[in-house]
Amino acid sequence: MKSCTVLAVQADGSTVRTVEDLAPDPEHLHPLQAAFVEHHGLQCGYCTPGMLMTALDLLDRVPDPTDGDIRDALHGNYCRCTGYQSIVESIQVGAAAMREPAP
Amino acid sequence: MIPAAFAYERAASVDEALGLLAERGLDAKLIAGGQSLLPLMKLRLARPERLIDIGRLDDLRGVRVLPDGRLAIGALTTYSQLVQDATAMRLALLGDALPQIADVQVRNRGTIGGAIAHADPAADVPALLLALGAEIVVTSSARGERLIAIDDFFLGPFATALEPDELLTEIRLPAPSGSYGSAYRRLAQQASGFAIAGVAVVIGQTGSASEGDPVDDVRVAVTGVGDQPYRATGVEDVLRGTKVDPATIAAAVAAICDGITVQSDIHADRTYRSAMAGVMARRALETARERLFE
Repeated sequence: MKSCTVLAVQADGSTVRTVEDLAPDPEHLHPLQAAFVEHHGLQCGYCTPGMLMTALDLLDRVPDPTDGDIRDALHGNYCRCTGYQSIVESIQVGAAAMREPAP
Repeated sequence: MIPAAFAYERAASVDEALGLLAERGLDAKLIAGGQSLLPLMKLRLARPERLIDIGRLDDLRGVRVLPDGRLAIGALTTYSQLVQDATAMRLALLGDALPQIADVQVRNRGTIGGAIAHADPAADVPALLLALGAEIVVTSSARGERLIAIDDFFLGPFATALEPDELLTEIRLPAPSGSYGSAYRRLAQQASGFAIAGVAVVIGQTGSASEGDPVDDVRVAVTGVGDQPYRATGVEDVLRGTKVDPATIAAAVAAICDGITVQSDIHADRTYRSAMAGVMARRALETARERLFE
């Protein structure tokens, strides 16, 4: 969901998960965050929290998505640096890393 | 982008929501998914004194098949829930339309009841429900439940037959007897995704069907074109009793804007919008015909 179209009071009593929950500390990024860093999935970074959380929601439902699945899922997320190509690549790489069994 | 001050109450039950509405109806707005109302409040185009949040009334959520075969959709059912519901998705025009509405975040919050109560003249759901011949169930503490035929529901842009103390609880779709085909086609405005012209079509043979038989049940509904969604009865009249062949479709869609003041804006002037309404109607009818005879 978009935080701008949910009132905080509507979320009262709910669990809210944001991008801050992904990495335990700056040295241990979530595999999807690491993929964004490696594959130039961000430039200014403004859209990145939304891209990450939307992508994670997709990967929760579709662990091995096509590029088309990813683009459909990101329909409501705008990147004004227009880095969509590398965002889609980052998500594919992150998805592959997330499919690996935990070490 | 900051709303005017408002009071907020969350209803814990349908009865509580009805009580709050009876008390505050004229000054209050119901909020369900909030995907239309909250942006309007942030622009201060809407300034309700009070919000009554019905978003957690789970009794109003979900799809069920009634004993007589009709489909009952709870008003708070989200687009995402409908997309995942196999029974609802068997209606081909819903399969065309719902996965394309807005984006995944909006589909996760936006509700089907909210879509028609809001009555945006370019929204998709009103046309779908007009074509399906839906029945709207509303209730109030003073007068109990009443049914509104979808043909009587929309009164103008953002205006409906709902009274200030009424809560929309359910949408019922008729159980078809016979063979049916349906489709939805729209030209979307690229930035907003709203329809410049959207046409929903349901055609059917109420008896037993074969490719050579004419259709006797035709409903064609249009959104984005007039100042409210409407049935294109001129198109329906031409098609009823025909085999919906390409020549008949081409002749029928000429009537798609008959009697309508076609809207004009920076995205589509009157001439272009009228032409696109005809194109969308033709495409929807051709697809519905293919599906009917599949």
